[in-house]
Amino acid sequence: MQKQQEKHSKELKKCRVLGPVATIFASSTTGSWRLERPVIDYEKCIKCGTCERFCPTNVIDVYKDRAECVVINYDYCKGCGICVNECPSKCMKMIPERGEE
Amino acid sequence: MFDIQHKSKGLVSHGVSACAGCGLELIMRNVMSVLGEDTVILIPPGCSALFSGYGNESGLKIAGFQGNLENTAACAAGVRAALNAQGNYHTTVLAFAGDGGTVDIGLQALSGVLERRDRIMYICYDNEAYMNTGIQGSSSTPFFASTTTTPSGKPTSRKNLMEIAIAHDIPYAATASIHNLNDFKKKLKKAMETDGPSLIHIQTPCPTGWRYDPGKSVELARLAVQTGSWILFEYEDGRVTINSKLKDLKPITDYIEIQGRFKHLTEEQKAELQDYTEKYYHRYIKKLENMNIETEEHATA
Repeated sequence: MQKQQEKHSKELKKCRVLGPVATIFASSTTGSWRLERPVIDYEKCIKCGTCERFCPTNVIDVYKDRAECVVINYDYCKGCGICVNECPSKCMKMIPERGEE
Repeated sequence: MFDIQHKSKGLVSHGVSACAGCGLELIMRNVMSVLGEDTVILIPPGCSALFSGYGNESGLKIAGFQGNLENTAACAAGVRAALNAQGNYHTTVLAFAGDGGTVDIGLQALSGVLERRDRIMYICYDNEAYMNTGIQGSSSTPFFASTTTTPSGKPTSRKNLMEIAIAHDIPYAATASIHNLNDFKKKLKKAMETDGPSLIHIQTPCPTGWRYDPGKSVELARLAVQTGSWILFEYEDGRVTINSKLKDLKPITDYIEIQGRFKHLTEEQKAELQDYTEKYYHRYIKKLENMNIETEEHATA
């Protein structure tokens, strides 16, 4: 078994492969495929944190002491709309990514 | 051990190639926030393999292993045995499989683990079909749901995984739903602390396979519980606690009309589904309650 592995790794000397092992923790950004994104009406927001809890990508932060209390990282937001659907005060809405038509 | 190339808030990467509105992604984040870094994860091929990554990239900061579809539970038992041999009794071994990898293909491995009482934690995220390969029907697909292998609706009802686990007299088993994350986290904690195998069966709305607007994932999970299609309960050392005992169930049309997989149903079929769901719900709740009566009688006798 060991011989087999050694033989294999000798052949792959150039790439220095250790085996089928993941060694990099990475994320890929959403890119350009998102069709809609959520925006917040800060005056109506009650800072309950529901959107933060239910966001599947975990990119929403709610700060109780800031005027712009909800911060969304749009790099990773997929525009699913769960935050908008679950918001109890209905202060969020989805807007088209490519402007009004 | 890991080369961390991108920052993330928790143990799970933000940019995973799951679909928009995926219930699984929400579940994975909550599981990792409760279990923490001292966990080894076993993932079979399927949607959950998005988190174990492609090639040399991974979406999780913890140690993990991607095995085959049929032996997730057996692999977990092996990892547990190896950790025990090292004298490590604190690490949680988590098997994270879908409904296909649990109730169809991986059932014998799971049954073996439950019988041997290996101390592992098993989470079955149930999106009610083989979603990763293109929405083929599994034995967990509900009555009348349309999939690519049952285009006119599945003619039979689903397999009950919890009953199978209870038949093995499992120390801890629970069903959960993504609309009540506090309840889910509480159950995860209990499962983690159980000395022996524990199982959590969680319903996972899938926008791609169930064909609905991705924003409604959490709403659908809530409606499934309110209409009696999904029952929340815990089985703990022979005692059952029902978490979703409802006096009045919502009409099933509230739940099925949002989803494309029930679009083909005629009015008669809808009435049949309503009748079936209600009867099953009341019968099952009664059965679970009777389980408690039996254990109480045994305790006093």
